[in-house]
Amino acid sequence: MSSGPHAPHRPTEAELDDMTPDQLATLAAELDDVVILRNLSKFPIPGTRAEKRAERAVATWFLLSGLSAAAFVAAYLFWPSQYRAPSEPGYQIYALYTPVIGATFGLSVLLLGVGLISYVKRFLPDEVSVQQRHDGPSDELSRRTVMAQLAKAGKDTTIARRGLIKRSIGIAAGVFGLGFGVIALGGLIRDPWKGGAKAVLWVTAWGSDDGEKVYLRRDTGASGEEIIKNGIRGIRVRPEDMNTGSMETVFPFRMSDLQHSERLDAVLKMSDVPVMLIRLRPGEPVIQRAGRENFHYGDFYAYSKVCTHLGCPTSLYEAQTNRILCPCHQSQFLATEYAKPVFGPATRALPQLPITVDSEGYFVARSDFNEAVGPGFWERKS
Amino acid sequence: MSSITTPTTSSSKLSAKAAQGLDELDQRFHPAAGLRGQFNKVFPTHWSFMLGEIALYSFIVLLLTGTYLALFFDPSMQDVTYHGAFTNLRGIQMSRAFQSALNLSFEVRGGLFVRQVHHWAALLFLAAMMVHMFRIFFTGAFRKPRETNWLLGVLLIVVGMIEGFTGYSLPDDLLSGTGLRIGSGITLSVPVIGTWTHWALFGGEFPGTEIIPRLYIVHVLLLPGILLAVIGVHLGLVWYQKHTQFPGPMRTEKNVVGVRILPIFAVKSGAFFALTAGVMAIMGGVFQINPIWNFGPYNPAHISAGSQPDWYMAFSDGMPRLWPPWEIYLGNYMIPAVFWPTAFFLPVIISLLAAYPAIERKLTKDNAPHNLLQRPRDSPVRTSLGMMAITFYFWLVLASGNDLIALFFNISLNAMTWIGRIGLLLLPPLTYWVTYRICIGLQRSDLAVLEHGIETGIIKRLPHGEFIEVHQPLAGLDSHGHAIPLEYQGATVPKRMNQLGVAGHPVPGSFLKPDPMQETIALENARAAQLAEQDGHGAGHSAKAGAGGNGRVERNGHVEQRDDQHELVAGQSHGDHAHDTST
Ligand code: HEM
Ligand code: FES
Repeated sequence: MSSGPHAPHRPTEAELDDMTPDQLATLAAELDDVVILRNLSKFPIPGTRAEKRAERAVATWFLLSGLSAAAFVAAYLFWPSQYRAPSEPGYQIYALYTPVIGATFGLSVLLLGVGLISYVKRFLPDEVSVQQRHDGPSDELSRRTVMAQLAKAGKDTTIARRGLIKRSIGIAAGVFGLGFGVIALGGLIRDPWKGGAKAVLWVTAWGSDDGEKVYLRRDTGASGEEIIKNGIRGIRVRPEDMNTGSMETVFPFRMSDLQHSERLDAVLKMSDVPVMLIRLRPGEPVIQRAGRENFHYGDFYAYSKVCTHLGCPTSLYEAQTNRILCPCHQSQFLATEYAKPVFGPATRALPQLPITVDSEGYFVARSDFNEAVGPGFWERKS
Repeated sequence: MSSITTPTTSSSKLSAKAAQGLDELDQRFHPAAGLRGQFNKVFPTHWSFMLGEIALYSFIVLLLTGTYLALFFDPSMQDVTYHGAFTNLRGIQMSRAFQSALNLSFEVRGGLFVRQVHHWAALLFLAAMMVHMFRIFFTGAFRKPRETNWLLGVLLIVVGMIEGFTGYSLPDDLLSGTGLRIGSGITLSVPVIGTWTHWALFGGEFPGTEIIPRLYIVHVLLLPGILLAVIGVHLGLVWYQKHTQFPGPMRTEKNVVGVRILPIFAVKSGAFFALTAGVMAIMGGVFQINPIWNFGPYNPAHISAGSQPDWYMAFSDGMPRLWPPWEIYLGNYMIPAVFWPTAFFLPVIISLLAAYPAIERKLTKDNAPHNLLQRPRDSPVRTSLGMMAITFYFWLVLASGNDLIALFFNISLNAMTWIGRIGLLLLPPLTYWVTYRICIGLQRSDLAVLEHGIETGIIKRLPHGEFIEVHQPLAGLDSHGHAIPLEYQGATVPKRMNQLGVAGHPVPGSFLKPDPMQETIALENARAAQLAEQDGHGAGHSAKAGAGGNGRVERNGHVEQRDDQHELVAGQSHGDHAHDTST
């Protein structure tokens, strides 16, 4: 049963020659400490109706699997797979391409599995085998000899007596580890505070270093090249463009950008520039934040669209309640009270962009935001 | 008879060929003795032991489908204008990554199918791992000597989650960009190192052009490699330490009772692989998932309502929805409120999970090795803790869909947030209490059956007018006619008469007519004879096993019941099941 004293008798080669295959198989189990308690064949009498029926049932699964595989190949090759828009003829057929190949392919694999399971259930013997575990700790002999071996090996190195070498190894390993860390991470490190007060976390593209006018523009879907080709009509925003109680997303735009089509595109992809320009209903009581009393232009208020919670665009402006809702975690900001958070997990008001209207009647930014935009981080003071 | 039992000439030729092949192999690599040990390995059977296998099979499907996707997907952030087949997006600017994912969906034949299978497989991979972990937890399979595998399992779930997150971030669609945006905000929120870490990961301000190519190599090489290696060690340890088993007839701490790898276990495993893969393929074909062409390319100024991550990440999104706006200012510095429910919360919760076996060992002072599993009811504190944790987790999953719930059920969003907050505090302890009571109730009902027998549903009126329900004792009656009580030994206790085989079994036959009576009787007799013959041996063996093992022949009562059942099935005795228990 178990190894050691109870190990099965090891037959000689002559004895092996005399053994039947079944005896050999039993011996195989015993040699590994396995006792086969039960190995009941499901159909001890060959050729009964029950057995033939079982055989047919199993074969049916496999045949169905093959059938489904054939259907898959046919569908993959001959079913129309070219995209059709919903308005075009043939859309329904096209839309079924993926479901049809998926279902036929999947079914053929699934039925293969079902066939195998039913084969196991119907034909493989009912087995109960018992194997001994040998898991506790190793025997005393191995434990003690290995321990002694390790101790001796350590002693042979004489390292215990050599404090100087131990310390120097420690130093070498430490410095090497540091070097390894430096080479592993060094290439990735970038200084977020490059530029000091102008570091990208503090400023956005709304600021203008050279004093060039920064307009509020909309995203019409036109690319930079198209804008340059077709002119900037309808790009810049004027107060009369917006109804009361409405909101529009705006981006910074300079006339000099027309020389650089890529700048016109890039500004739409910056995560810190989107601004919501909101036109409150007239007569709405508004509470201004101290020091920002002149940031608005009449009923027009411009707030950063980047949620101060985790940075999603706070896209939903509800004119009824003047609330701005961020769909990510439902922070709500009050447009009539310097966009301060009134519900949900956000803690800080949306930064406000100081705006006015220039002599031609277009909205312009008077300066950049006066605080960092978006989610909080360690280095910001407020 | 068919070729299955009678070897035909061609199959004997075949086996001669096979024997020769094996001989050639053995002359070079001599694997015979080693292989024999592996083929002979006994594996206990229980449906719940298959959950880990499903995780393995979905991982294999992920590797296969992912490799196929990688042939077509291009993680480049270069700007392109779309001119592909999907009319709605023509002329739109997008990244090459998004464009190649669109092409994969519309121009590569069968590409959409593979994409969808890959995504469904990812969802099932994590679901299977999680349910597998529940099984390990509730049965105490993580106890000594298997703590290492618990740790590896936790590592697999965490790496699997990150792998999934990096995967759905790749196509650069609106949803994936929103997920990354949130990831960026979470990184920034970490005190002291947040901004520097963000700059190291993203190469600058969000989004930049570096993150998706980086995530790509992480997603297709680094994490799959780690997963593969850890899965290998995980399974290697299961093999080496041998599987646990539930208590039952003949089962002891020192043996494994089940089936050998060859043939039954191997064939069954192959079958389950096919079943898992087949189900995933059907899902990938029939159920649309992640229709990125409807979301459009990522744009930091856009968002759609109902932005939810994949289900396994949802809990990490539920927590920041519920956490109150508590910000901490420290002079020139601050700790954003969102740090606590995200970058702080996730490592804490994962460490607790990883540490659970050590904590339980410390509290119970149980340092013994365990190969026999526990039924969840038998360790009510652990079971209740587990249910409490599951409630916490899934409540957070629900919370991450609170906007959808608010929409469908017309509840105020703000009310949903408050329900989420209050529920998160109240429901877990409540679950603990309810689970505890259920465990105790189940224990008592087991004991009642062992003591008095199974309720038969037969109501008897005694001569003096009292009504009693007849019980079927499991171990027969003593000389006073009272049921002989049995001791509970951790194994399932039958609770219904049918589990003793009272209902009999259907007569074999086709849909239309039964098989000839003689054939049926002959077959049943042959089966019974086979059983009797082998159990003759079996008894001898188990006595030996008792002597050679730990000196305990397990659970006579249960062995006896199983035999009862077998006899009934074999059509031998339809009489009295309450005979005595001596084997
Ligand atoms: C091991 C666990 C894995 C998980 C959990 C996982 C998960 C995901 C998910 C959720 C997606 C998004 C699919 C979508 O676009 O709808 C994805 C995409 C992708 N995965 Fe995996 N994946 C795994 C392994 C792999 C492997 C091993 C490879 C390649 C060797 C791979 C290659 C890809 C590629 C190329 C994509 C982008 C294709 C596309 O967006 O259409 N994945 N993965
Ligand atoms: S990102 Fe706006 S609420 Fe979380």
